[in-house]
Amino acid sequence: MSLLRTFDTGMRGLLGHRLRSILTTLGILFGVAAVICTVGIGTASADSVNSRIAALGTNLLTVSPGSTTSFGVRGGSGSANTLTMEDVAGLEDKQDAPDVAAVAPVVSGTATLVSTSTNWSTTVNGSSPGWLVTNARSLSAGVFFTQQQVDQHAQVVVLGTTTAQDLGVTVGSQVTISGAPFDVVGILTATGSTGFTNNDDLAVVPITTAQDQITSGSPDSVQRILLSATSSATIGSAYLEADQLLLQTHHVTNTASADFNITSASTLASTAASVTTTLTILLASVAAISLLVGGIGVMNIMLVSVTERTQEIGLRKALGATPRDLLRQFLIEAATLSFIGGVLGVGAGLLAGFLVPRLAGIAVTITATPVIISVCVAAGVGLIFGVYPAARAARLAPIAALRAE
Amino acid sequence: MTAEIIRLVDVSKVYGSGDATVHAVDHVSLAVHEGDFLAVMGPSGSGKSTLMHILGCLDVPTSGEYLFAGEDVSAMNERELASIRNRRIGFVFQQFHLLSSMSAWRNVELPLLYRTARDRKQMALNALAQVGLTGRVQHRPNELSGGQQQRVAIARALVTDPTMILADEPTGNLDSKASREVLDILTGLNKSGHTIVLITHDPNVARVAERIVEMADGRLMDRVAA
Repeated sequence: MSLLRTFDTGMRGLLGHRLRSILTTLGILFGVAAVICTVGIGTASADSVNSRIAALGTNLLTVSPGSTTSFGVRGGSGSANTLTMEDVAGLEDKQDAPDVAAVAPVVSGTATLVSTSTNWSTTVNGSSPGWLVTNARSLSAGVFFTQQQVDQHAQVVVLGTTTAQDLGVTVGSQVTISGAPFDVVGILTATGSTGFTNNDDLAVVPITTAQDQITSGSPDSVQRILLSATSSATIGSAYLEADQLLLQTHHVTNTASADFNITSASTLASTAASVTTTLTILLASVAAISLLVGGIGVMNIMLVSVTERTQEIGLRKALGATPRDLLRQFLIEAATLSFIGGVLGVGAGLLAGFLVPRLAGIAVTITATPVIISVCVAAGVGLIFGVYPAARAARLAPIAALRAE
Repeated sequence: MTAEIIRLVDVSKVYGSGDATVHAVDHVSLAVHEGDFLAVMGPSGSGKSTLMHILGCLDVPTSGEYLFAGEDVSAMNERELASIRNRRIGFVFQQFHLLSSMSAWRNVELPLLYRTARDRKQMALNALAQVGLTGRVQHRPNELSGGQQQRVAIARALVTDPTMILADEPTGNLDSKASREVLDILTGLNKSGHTIVLITHDPNVARVAERIVEMADGRLMDRVAA
């Protein structure tokens, strides 16, 4: 029997059993579409969480002061002024902390900025040139102030875009902060908001200047120290180095009573990543179950039709079909159904990926892996359960097959 | 003397072993010549079905020699048997065995799919015309009466121009009128030169044949037709 004629026979078999063909196709279709859609939702939510965390700067470590205990009352975190410029100098030492790429001490306060035309109240940070690196920021105009300017207590300021716009100033303008004149030397590139904080509404001045004029307190103490690791891979060792160093300089032997905290965005990132992994696994198992249910449906339809098929096989054998002819016929039938089901399933999955974000507002990211896996599994189930019972029947004696009940 | 189509020499078919051994066909010898109309008669359990399976190349004998048109069937493998069935034998079954999803002419075309044949549709239509079903070619089996279904089955047996038509209880599921029609068609085919072997338990059906052999307990007895 020629291949073309076998193909024709196979197609005729499918059209002759329309309901069976449609149900099988549907089983594969829904299995594939469900996998593509649910895994797409999981992937999208993982992506969105990861990108939000990446915006925080995953290399960043923040050292904040610990709590103080005065007269038996334990204050909140950050209530002590335990961090000093000495700590900063220690952390900048490449020998003690080789994995720390940049260090930026920060003091901050709120002040009113006055330009020729208007005034604007915002957060003023005092820091060092390391601020730019540790915060993963860049400048859209001008330059950041230098270490030399920090040492000289220079009256210079770098502004966020929102602040600069509201004050109506550019690089080269002058603003007055808490009554003292400052030269605007740089404007930061806009980054948008993180949570409730607008990262584009701020002013940065040399820490020395800020300690002199804006924030109160000892000129030696700092409110936070920002550290950035050399890469996201070395963040763990950077953490340990900073921790060791500060424990030593603060003469703390018991880590539980340390007077500082080190937190990192990557701690947050790993927590969030594990949450989204769990979510993806959950969705994938829902999808796997729907694939399984679809597969069992396909299997049922195929097995139910075995008696009818067996008689057909017996007749065809009596009329001169060889087992090979029959096997090819059923292979073509099952492959066609699996192929159509798979293609329609991918189509339905993509359509859902297009409609769900628009109708339900849930992001869907479609990747190749679930598409390939689901199509392979569904088509495999269709093929195996389409061919296997028929192949077994094709080996029966024609008379035994004809008499099958 | 016309050509010998079937030659069975000392053929046996044995099922089971030990005390449970059944000699379904017990040392049977038989010859069928071209143009013969032979009826194999016998009650159920007489072994006539097993004999029919062997004659139809659906089964191979345990021992003995079976020559079909000079070819030794007892030594054939499954592929060769399939080819013999397709080229040489036309089957008519008691249960018709039509495929319900196909029209009459598609059913008749079926054996042609397993051989090289052109104009399959024309051949199928010719065969249907021979059994008087020209007006029913597009009908599905469930749209036809029992007699018409069996005539479609006869057309399917005819379409390959077989050496022998093997009819196994062809009237077993039909009323007397339809039975008459079917037997008339078979008689007509024999008159036009077809070799026919008819298996039946019914003496009234066997009577249409020129020659009747009777089977009992796996053994064969010749009996001259009335």
